[in-house]
Amino acid sequence: MTGALWCVVEDDRQGEPKKVTAELLGEARRWAGELGAPVEAVWLTDKASAAGLAQLGHWGAERVWLWEDPALAPYRGEVWTPALAALAQKEAPRAIWGAVTSRHREFMARLAARLGVGLAADCVAFALADGQLVATRPVYAGKLLARVRWRGAPGVATLRPNVFRPAEPDASRSAAVDRQALATGSASLAFVERREEAQTGLPELTEAEIVISGGRGLRGPENFVLLEALAKVLGAAVGASRAAVDAGWRPHRFQVGQTGRTISPKLYIGCGISGAIQHLAGMRTSKVICAVNKDPEAPIFKIADFGLVGDLFEVVPHLTEEFTKLKQHA
Amino acid sequence: MKLLVLVKQVPDTATQVKVAGDSRSIDVTGITWIVSPYDEFALEEALRIKEKRGQGEVVAVTAGPERAKEALRSCLAMGADRAIHVNDPTLEAADTLVAARVLTAVIKQEQPALVLTGRQAIDDDMGAVGTQVAEMLGWPCLSWVMEEAIAEDGTRVRAGRQVEGGLEVFDVPFPCILTAQKGMNEPRYPTLKGIMGAKKKEIKDLKLADLGLASLTRELEVVVLEALPPRPPGRILTGDAKDMARELVRALREDVKAI
Repeated sequence: MTGALWCVVEDDRQGEPKKVTAELLGEARRWAGELGAPVEAVWLTDKASAAGLAQLGHWGAERVWLWEDPALAPYRGEVWTPALAALAQKEAPRAIWGAVTSRHREFMARLAARLGVGLAADCVAFALADGQLVATRPVYAGKLLARVRWRGAPGVATLRPNVFRPAEPDASRSAAVDRQALATGSASLAFVERREEAQTGLPELTEAEIVISGGRGLRGPENFVLLEALAKVLGAAVGASRAAVDAGWRPHRFQVGQTGRTISPKLYIGCGISGAIQHLAGMRTSKVICAVNKDPEAPIFKIADFGLVGDLFEVVPHLTEEFTKLKQHA
Repeated sequence: MKLLVLVKQVPDTATQVKVAGDSRSIDVTGITWIVSPYDEFALEEALRIKEKRGQGEVVAVTAGPERAKEALRSCLAMGADRAIHVNDPTLEAADTLVAARVLTAVIKQEQPALVLTGRQAIDDDMGAVGTQVAEMLGWPCLSWVMEEAIAEDGTRVRAGRQVEGGLEVFDVPFPCILTAQKGMNEPRYPTLKGIMGAKKKEIKDLKLADLGLASLTRELEVVVLEALPPRPPGRILTGDAKDMARELVRALREDVKAI
């Protein structure tokens, strides 16, 4: 088997690939040599900018399979899947990787079913065993890790953002662009509208490099402004514990934990969160964990790299002040 | 209108799961089993659709070992009219494709207008089965649905899926599949009457052969299941809030270079 490693491009819906795409390409290149597999990008979009296409080459894609068609936005599984499946059957790639995003999560599952191959969702590491890729993925929301392998090819996977080292751009590299025509089919999903969330100016919870979360210790929804102020300074996302979400203080999409989002940011700061097992499962793969809690016995301190025993209403404003000073001096 | 709800029995979120002796599965001793929370949102939505329309049938379906019947009993207590259990011990180790093939076979027999399920089961966290069933049936599917409204003529549903930064709303013709995201509704608690009534409701027990399925091959194999490596012990800071804040920012910058 000499098939390529395909990385599906996640873009900003404006024609530019997102950072997670560099992470996919970086990881694919890590294994390309040993596997003897070319690294190729696959992009389904209504708009691909010239700069974006060049960027994929700089990140190490040797070829870009491109479908550019208005029918591809917004994402519809029944339009995207047959297009990529037909090419995969022809080109026989070794692996097809997407990102853990709303579109790719569904797309990769649907594609795997159409191709009759295994799917490993939310992978956080890869290794080689007997010349084959083996993926590591958290299960039970991160309480355990499973190492999995595919029986056949292509091995379909989604990769968690912020975990893999992004490809170093090299402007001397470029990718051949292979344009594909989208077969006209009859899609039954009819798009009605997109409703935007109120703009917070803060990054998405699952994509953010820094996440600041609040729990019951915040005592009410109005006090999340404390965390938002800190988040603005750090360019962080604001998350919440299940207790805070179930109390109605924050919308469900901000929940970190087993019935919310499982995340692996570079820095996690939990404020007023005691650390129920299902919450810890959702964030314990973060690189650096800080916790602020009044109760020195809070379970979150057991997994924190830095535990601040104190009143978050005093500590957090000081943190905001100190980080602001740091940013000003930087 | 027939509404089918796909559910999975999973360990309770408060359970400390441990790896079994085979290093590939979990130790099931002492585990409290529940219906996967996202599947409960799906069931609740199906019950509300039936109540709102004043007619219909809600059928709960699971594929799993004998104990999975308890999950169906919970669904019946919440208000499902009947249940189907594809009962086979090998389904415990099913990958998403195996589970999807089994459930697809049940759907083909039952021919519902709408299938609801959770956006993922909280055990293996693949979040794929609902979507894969749709692909196998050739049906449209909308994932991570936050809201739905069925058209008055009963031919389609208008549903909104959660995406980064917003909600995308589509009209989806029947038959179709929706996967439920948290926030869609608040599942009801079973009443005592519901629990008593559930004992009289039918749970149809099916074997793989009843669905025309022989043994199914997994496409994804668990090589090993393991506990997370322990995190190195951390530093605990106490004392004055300002001093702690200053020290944390210094350490994050200089010691661990996190910022």
